[in-house]
Amino acid sequence: MEKLIATRDAFGEVLVELGERYENLVVLTADLAESTRTYKFANRFPNRFFNIGIAEQNMMGIAAGLASCGKIVVASSFAIFASGRAWEQVRYSICHSYLNVKIVATHGGISVGEDGSSHQAAEDISLMRTIPGMRVLVPADAAETKKAVEVAVETEGPFYIRLGRPKVPLIFEDELPFQLGKGYKLTEGSDVTIFACGIMLSQALEAEKNLRKEGIRSQVINMSTIKPIDRQIIIEAAKTTGAIVTAEEHQVIGGLGSAVSEVLSENIPTPLERVGLRDRFGESGKPQKLFEKYGLTAGHIEEAVKKVLRRK
Amino acid sequence: MDKVTELKIKANQLRQDVIEMTAEAGSGHPGGSLSSADIVACLYFDVLRHDPKDPKWPDRDRFVLSKGHACPVLYSALARCGYFPVEELKTLRKIGSRLQGHPDNRKTPGVEICSGSLGQGISTAVGMALAGKMDKKNFRVYTLIGDGEIEEGEVWEAAMSASHYKLDNLCAILDYNGLQIDGPIKKVMSPEPIKEKWLAFGWYVIEVDGHNIPEILNAFSQAKEIKGKPSIIIAHTVKGKGVSFMENVVGFHGKAPTKEEAKKALKELREEVKQWKS
Repeated sequence: MEKLIATRDAFGEVLVELGERYENLVVLTADLAESTRTYKFANRFPNRFFNIGIAEQNMMGIAAGLASCGKIVVASSFAIFASGRAWEQVRYSICHSYLNVKIVATHGGISVGEDGSSHQAAEDISLMRTIPGMRVLVPADAAETKKAVEVAVETEGPFYIRLGRPKVPLIFEDELPFQLGKGYKLTEGSDVTIFACGIMLSQALEAEKNLRKEGIRSQVINMSTIKPIDRQIIIEAAKTTGAIVTAEEHQVIGGLGSAVSEVLSENIPTPLERVGLRDRFGESGKPQKLFEKYGLTAGHIEEAVKKVLRRK
Repeated sequence: MDKVTELKIKANQLRQDVIEMTAEAGSGHPGGSLSSADIVACLYFDVLRHDPKDPKWPDRDRFVLSKGHACPVLYSALARCGYFPVEELKTLRKIGSRLQGHPDNRKTPGVEICSGSLGQGISTAVGMALAGKMDKKNFRVYTLIGDGEIEEGEVWEAAMSASHYKLDNLCAILDYNGLQIDGPIKKVMSPEPIKEKWLAFGWYVIEVDGHNIPEILNAFSQAKEIKGKPSIIIAHTVKGKGVSFMENVVGFHGKAPTKEEAKKALKELREEVKQWKS
């Protein structure tokens, strides 16, 4: 049985470790200390934790003000509110001022489940990616989450890190090749490349296994950094496999699929299929059921691979 | 010369700069810059502890122009304090200039943070005041907000949090000139009763004539003494103050005077200052 850990749990843990290391690390949340797991930091460092209440716009402004006075600020809420409700505060107060604020958003995507579409952020990567200077990370598992948060805290300037609600398989138990701005290959294959991020990485790996049984060799590349996008690895993948599939728990408009297709179109036009939400809102339901209904399973990736291979 | 007269002369200088800058730029927001000139003069030439030679001095008082469209008056104050050459004021709003249409900390020395998307500045000021409290620093944080600006919900989120955290190192000044772009605030979307709202949000409220220097200075000293809660100075002002044909004219909110109008305005302002200089 594979090990399951929610990325938000890993976030809660690494935050405490980073709190020990960085005296000027301050954590904010907007009435979601429990859900975002920032309560762990709050318990350990009560004087460096502020619960701003249900006021995400003000939270981002306060984050900017604290950062302008030399604090490293982690501001945490659900992805829909962090990226949507407070978008303009993130754009202007934080990114335009270029301040040291790390937005760590939990509950990304439709895997939020039963709460339904109001709380399912499927547009956040797009919203954050378009802001100049913003770095966007979507780690795939607990280990990568810890590393991503650590790198964000160590690196000057604004970050958006998107995490999920449910428990997800631990992929990187032994070694973790995570580097800011770099994608990395997890399987070798010359027929097709599958770029995936977040919760979709494990689906991509499952698809790769199933496809191999049918004689299709795919290289799965983890694109945990959506911005700055790793152009080199995309161009290289296009050259070596000539067919690309992207998989993300996000609208196909504006997210990983768009980022990859931008690089391809500008450099090396290559057949591409995007797996993600196809311009639709989610709904209430169990995450697995939603993934089936909205086209986000390994099976859907396999279909996309076969489709793109026909276009090769 | 006494301090009050000196500050009056400074405020007059800021007003002249505002007229010259906006006329030269051919755009900008003179109305709200003129209404807040006396407040800004008191802050930069008396109240604020700051060092133009060391804009990043960690213990400096912070000023956030939440009503960022009034930046001509801020830039004038910064230049007259020595943050950058007065000559540079002419570059306002021009391509490549350090003086943007709204304040930008990455371009202009002395500007603390980007502001002017209304409602955002006061939140950032709350963050700065919170940082001061965390670090047990003595610096104070000032933020100038517009009366139209308080129609923004974020202002009240910020107001709630400032009193929740007992930020007595934070002092807001409300430029209550009664006009916003589309007309009188009471007609567009009345934020009244303003004083009662701030009281209800847990702030200490002081009301002054925003063009009366002794009253303004007195309010700032009073605010410093208040413990356990943030203060707001509700400054009753006149939009376009100091230039007869611009006073209370809503059109001058976001429209620059023409070259002709500027000449006339400058003449009035130079006349006014003579009486204090003599």
